[in-house]
Amino acid sequence: MSSSEPAVDDVLDTPFFLRWLIAAAGSVDREAARLTDLDSAIGDADHGTNMQRGFAAVAEALEKEPPGSPGAALVLAGRQLISKVGGASGPLYGTLLRRAGKALGDAEQVTPRQLADALRAGVDAVAQLGGATPGDKTMLDALLPAVEALGAGAGSFPAAAEAAEKGALATVPMQARKGRASYLGERSVGHQDPGATSSALIIAALAEAAR
Amino acid sequence: MTDEDEQKLVGIVLVSHSAAVADSVAELAKQLSGGGAAPVRAAGGTPDGGFGTSPELIAEAAQAVDRGAGVAVLADLGSAVLAVKALLAEGDELPEGTRLVDAPLVEGAVAAVVTASTGADVDAVLQAASEAYDYRKV
Repeated sequence: MSSSEPAVDDVLDTPFFLRWLIAAAGSVDREAARLTDLDSAIGDADHGTNMQRGFAAVAEALEKEPPGSPGAALVLAGRQLISKVGGASGPLYGTLLRRAGKALGDAEQVTPRQLADALRAGVDAVAQLGGATPGDKTMLDALLPAVEALGAGAGSFPAAAEAAEKGALATVPMQARKGRASYLGERSVGHQDPGATSSALIIAALAEAAR
Repeated sequence: MTDEDEQKLVGIVLVSHSAAVADSVAELAKQLSGGGAAPVRAAGGTPDGGFGTSPELIAEAAQAVDRGAGVAVLADLGSAVLAVKALLAEGDELPEGTRLVDAPLVEGAVAAVVTASTGADVDAVLQAASEAYDYRKV
């Protein structure tokens, strides 16, 4: 795996960001049934189809109007997710990508460090929008460890993917305190959070794009 | 009331996961306000007629009721609220002076439409709708 870890002075160009988003779309598409299964246990059984629809729109938009910079790619993707998903994950993931994209500005290339900082800004915006904190059994429980790992390891994507996956698994024993699952109270314990699971897929796609 | 005054009424948008709920609340609020003059639009469900919330429909509705005096948006819960907040954070998706109202959907909608129909400004409309939380039933 170490060969896929970018060095501090690596640069990430627009094609890298396109590979990431397309890889995320593919992964969400393949895992849609699993996401919906998880959501049927503690939610309203639409997370897989919602994410599938949103990321299909992202892939289509990237092809139709190819963005000229990493930041523009993320802003375009975020915009699609906000308008196409139809569930809470749309505004949340849309905000994550848009805010990260805005943080990158219109630079043609960015460093892994800049990406880590931009994602951190995006995750902070998600926390603000949804009002969740770590341990609430939400996507933040996968995203926060991921951006921590990314920031700490000078942009180690496999480490971020691993941290996100561990974070998603760690939501199983948690009791939901945000969103529809919170109505279930203790009955939400014992199920993996669908949002944390899709977050882990999206972060894993970063590592995939770096290979 | 002159035409010019009418154009300056605050617009009301009602967002729900269900098109039927949003449409009915809009109808109810208009009826209970005595056929008030304020422009009201429902933005319920997804564009394909399913349950959920659609930022596209919300933005469309807000544009449709915008008379230049601001737009008050009421939402039911969860993604409906998040969708409006995300659109507001975008900065350019909703008409200038659009605000999310912290109010219960049905009671707040009635208060908002009645107040907006009097020609009150957007702050007064928000205030009236929020006060619906203080109306205890028991």
